[in-house]
Amino acid sequence: MTAINTENPKSAICTPESKCAPRQFVTPEVNIYETKDGYVLKADLPGVSKAGLDITLEGNELTIIGHRNAGNSVQPPLYRESLGADYRRVFELDPAIDTARINAQVEQGVLTLHLPKSEEVKPRKITVTE
Amino acid sequence: MNVLKRWHRPELTAAPTFGRLFSLRDELDRLFDTSFGDWNRGSQQLSQWNPAVDLFEDKENLTVKVELPGLKVEDINISLNEGTLSISGERKSEEKFANAETYRAERFVGHFQRSVVLPTPVKADQVKAQYTDGVLTVTLPKTEAAKPKQIQVNVA
Repeated sequence: MTAINTENPKSAICTPESKCAPRQFVTPEVNIYETKDGYVLKADLPGVSKAGLDITLEGNELTIIGHRNAGNSVQPPLYRESLGADYRRVFELDPAIDTARINAQVEQGVLTLHLPKSEEVKPRKITVTE
Repeated sequence: MNVLKRWHRPELTAAPTFGRLFSLRDELDRLFDTSFGDWNRGSQQLSQWNPAVDLFEDKENLTVKVELPGLKVEDINISLNEGTLSISGERKSEEKFANAETYRAERFVGHFQRSVVLPTPVKADQVKAQYTDGVLTVTLPKTEAAKPKQIQVNVA
């Protein structure tokens, strides 16, 4: 998780007050699997709770933003390896995904997104009638 | 504190998604971070997971935080031996998706081991560990001798 993304996303950051302040993001590592019912996306977001997750869908573009819990430590760390920045990653979805039925869970810093395929594209068995 | 130097995975630079996010400076930093000893260790070193470790200090405690997303509590081992805190464990692969088609597999699977040389003595019997939101927090209370003391100035 060494990649810091300094790009300026079009939504959420550009408010009239802040005038598109550049913000840093970390790209989370993901696994993506395809099953016959749909896709499963798993992302490592250590330090992000349910409340810190911001998942948005705009057209075919799925954006995952994870805000880290602000630590209770007031002191600067003696040593630091973690990148304090929030997480952000954008995915383009397969048009076959039924976006209305996407569901998300987060457990111990791992986000699991279930992206089911719509019924029309699922493989189906056709029975031969006499 | 160079014991804690984080090892960066070279394979991430090869992935096209990450390519534009790395600058030449990062590459150079990484080159100099690697000592010759590490080269000799070979492929085992390259496949290791090195989760990020942070060390904090306040008046009462030392706090170590480790980013360990998606582990089970029983798969995390913590030990304290002569002022060195060691955290090891394993993240198991997902058998549930063994037969599914995999498009991306960036997340680490396997063993990890990190050690931190503590800068002050701690009360070994009062160490506490908590695992929340994929972050392990180990709180190590300092010994009385290691705590800062207020010194009164007397007027002669």
